[in-house]
Amino acid sequence: MSRVAVLKGGPSLEREVSLRSGTNVELALGRLGHEVIPMDADQHLVRMLRDERPDVAFIALHGRGGEDGTVQEILEILRIPYTGSGVLASERAMDKVVSKALFRDAGLPAPEGYAFSKEAFSRMGAADALPDIQQSLGLPLCVKPARQGSALGISIVREPGDLAAAILNAMGYDDRVLVERFVPGRELAVTVVMADDPWALPVIEAVPLGHDFYDFEARYTPGECELRSPGDLDDEVVQEAARVSIAAARTLECRGICRVDLMLDAAGRLWILEVNTIPGMTDTSLLPKAAEVAGIGFDRVVADMLDLAALDT
Amino acid sequence: MSTSDVTDNTGTGTPVPPQTPLVGPADAARYDSRFSAQASCTTSSAMRDLMAITEKADIISLAGGLPDTETFPRAAYEEIVAEIGTDYLASSLQYGPTDGMGELRERIVGIMADEGARTRVDDIMITTGGQQAIDLSIRTFVDRGDPVLAEGPTYPGAVPCLTAYGADVTHVPMDDDGMRVDLLEEAYARLVQDGRPPKILYTIPNFQNPAGVTMSLERRQQLVAFAHSVGLLIIEDNPYGMIRFEGDALPTLYELDDGAGWVVYLSTFSKILAPGIRVGWVAAPPPVLRKMNLGKQAADLCSSTFTQRFVTEYLKRNDYRVHVARVNDVYLRRRDTMLAALDAHFPASATWTRPRGGLFLWATLPDFIDTTALQARALERQVAFVPGAAAFLDGRGGNAMRLNYSGVPEPVITEGIGRLGEVIAEFCALHEALNPGRG
Repeated sequence: MSRVAVLKGGPSLEREVSLRSGTNVELALGRLGHEVIPMDADQHLVRMLRDERPDVAFIALHGRGGEDGTVQEILEILRIPYTGSGVLASERAMDKVVSKALFRDAGLPAPEGYAFSKEAFSRMGAADALPDIQQSLGLPLCVKPARQGSALGISIVREPGDLAAAILNAMGYDDRVLVERFVPGRELAVTVVMADDPWALPVIEAVPLGHDFYDFEARYTPGECELRSPGDLDDEVVQEAARVSIAAARTLECRGICRVDLMLDAAGRLWILEVNTIPGMTDTSLLPKAAEVAGIGFDRVVADMLDLAALDT
Repeated sequence: MSTSDVTDNTGTGTPVPPQTPLVGPADAARYDSRFSAQASCTTSSAMRDLMAITEKADIISLAGGLPDTETFPRAAYEEIVAEIGTDYLASSLQYGPTDGMGELRERIVGIMADEGARTRVDDIMITTGGQQAIDLSIRTFVDRGDPVLAEGPTYPGAVPCLTAYGADVTHVPMDDDGMRVDLLEEAYARLVQDGRPPKILYTIPNFQNPAGVTMSLERRQQLVAFAHSVGLLIIEDNPYGMIRFEGDALPTLYELDDGAGWVVYLSTFSKILAPGIRVGWVAAPPPVLRKMNLGKQAADLCSSTFTQRFVTEYLKRNDYRVHVARVNDVYLRRRDTMLAALDAHFPASATWTRPRGGLFLWATLPDFIDTTALQARALERQVAFVPGAAAFLDGRGGNAMRLNYSGVPEPVITEGIGRLGEVIAEFCALHEALNPGRG
C-alpha cells in the first residue's frame, strides 16, 4: 500500500473537469487500499509535496500546467514518481502542432494542417496566406488552439469567410493555432496501456447527441453524448485502431496510460487527432467506459496507472 | 454563478471520505436513462466551468453579483442573534407556515409601501431568497415548450430556471429607457398569430441585471396598459429597486397595475440586508399565491424560521434605509470608478451602459470578439467577468459582457478593467492583422 498524492484542480481552464477526475481517482485508490492525499495544484503545491512526501503522485490535472510537462518537471526535481507521461512526452502530446508533425514524420495518418502563431499574423501578414490554406485543404476546416484540452476553443469552419473569426476565437486559448482539414466521420477513442508490451482497451465511440461535434458540452453533460462500444466495426478496423493508437503513443514516447482520439472517415480510413497523456476520468469520460467494456473495471485501470508511475531519469 | 469572498474556515485535516462509496465512474451510465428531461436541460456549460476558476482567491472577479459584506452592521447582528437565543428559541427552530411568518409579512408590506407599492399581508409569501421566487413563478406558469417573453439580455440566474422548465423564450430588446415596449408588442402579436400566446413576461424594470438600464416611467405606463389590454401576465423582479444612486424612484409595475392582478412582484432582502440570510418574497393575486404555495410546499415546506426571525428583529430595531443608504454610498463610488476605468482602458469601439443604481453594467464589444474566448484569455491575466452569452437563451450576447462593481474595492476595479482593456486591445489588433484591408 502506498501513500498517493492525487494532484487535481489547479488554475487551468479545465479545473472543474480535473476536480471531477480527481475525485473518481481518489475513490478508486481508497477502494484499492491506498492512503490518499488530495492536493489542489495551487501555488502551495511544492510545499505540500515536500511536507507530505508521498510515495507516488497521481496526476489528475488536465490542460495547461498539469498535462504539458510543467508539473512533471516539478515532480522530477522532487524525485517523486508520477503517473502518466514524462516531461517531454507530455509537452509533445499537449501541443497538437508538434504531435501532428511527429505523427506524419512517422508515417502515421494525421489530417494535413498548418499552424500559425500570433506573431505570424501580427508581424508577417500571415492573413494573406489564409486563402492558400483554404485552397490546399478545402472546406470544412477544423481550427484548434495548439495547446488546450476538452475541445475548448475548437470550431469547424464551413464557409470561406469564417476562417479568420475561428482563428481569432482559438487565439483566446493559445498563442498558436492549428488549421487542419476537417475529417467528417465517427469519433473513436482508444485507451492504451504503455506497459513493456503495450496493449489497448476496447475502442469506444462518442456519439454526440444534438452537437456539431464532440464539444465541451457533449463531453461533460450526462445525456448529451452516447459512449458506446461500436459493435458494427470490422475486426480489421478495430485492430488497426489499436495498432495506430499504440504507434502514436510510442511516437511521442508516452508512458503510463493514455487515450488516443481518432476519426474514422466514410472510406474506412482512420485519422489520429491527438494523444491525451492524462485522459479524463469523470463520470462521462471515455476511459472509464473503456474499462467497463473491457470487463476490467475502473479500479484496475487506476491500479495499472499507479504501477506504471515512474520518473524520467 | 456567484462567487464567495467569505473566509474559508473548513478544517485543516485531510478531507478523505470516511466511507468509500461503491459507485464508480463507469456506473454513471446506470443513471443516464433515469434522469428527468428537466435535469438534463440544465447543461454543464463550458462557461460555467470557466467561472469555477473565478472562485480562486488570486482572481479579480468582476463576475459575481456580491453585495459588499463589509457594510453589514456587525453590532446589530450580534445583538439580534443573542436575542433570538433568549426570546425566540423555540419558534425560530420550529417549522413555520409555508407563507412565512406573519410578522415579517407585515414588515414587507411596509417595505413595499416605501417603494411605492401598496399591497396586503395576505398577498405576500416569503421565499427562500429571490431565486426561489423566480423558480416558483416559472414553475407555476410554464410547461415544456410554453412561450415566455423576457428582456434580452435577461438575468443569467433565471436562465437555468427557464431552461429547466423548458420555456421557449423570446427576448425583447432594451435601450437606455429599458424594455422596448413597441418591440414587445410586435413580439407578442407574432406569437399570438402563431397561436402561441406567451404565458408570462419576466422583467427587471429597475437597474436590470445584467444590462444596468432602468425602464422609464412612460415605458412602465405603456407596458402595464398593454398588459391590461391583451391580458399579459407580468413577473416583475425587483431586487435592486432601493439600490438607487441617482434620480427619483419610479413606481413599480405592481403599483401601476393598481390591483388589477396582472403583475406578480418578486423581491429579496439580499441586496438591502444580506444575501446569506436567503429571505425573499412574492406579492401576487390570491389564486396565483395559492398555486405558488403548493409549489413551495413541495420545494421546502417553509423558509428558514431562524432567518425570518432575524430579518424581523433587524427591521424592528433598525431603519433598514440607513443601511441601504450606506451601501449605496459605497456602490456609487465603485460605479464611478468603473466608469472612469472603462473610459480610460476600453477601446472607442466598445459601448457600455451607465447604471443609475444596482450592481452591474453591460459592455458591448466589437462584434468580432467572442467574450467566452476573451474570458479564457482574461483568466490568464487573473481577471473574470460574465460573458454575455450567459444572459441569452437564443445564443446571442456573444460580444457582450456583464461587469459587477459592487463587490470589489475601487483600486481593484481599476486594475481589473485595465487588464481587461489590454486583453481586448490584443484581440482588436489580432482581428486587424487577420483581416487586412478591411479597415
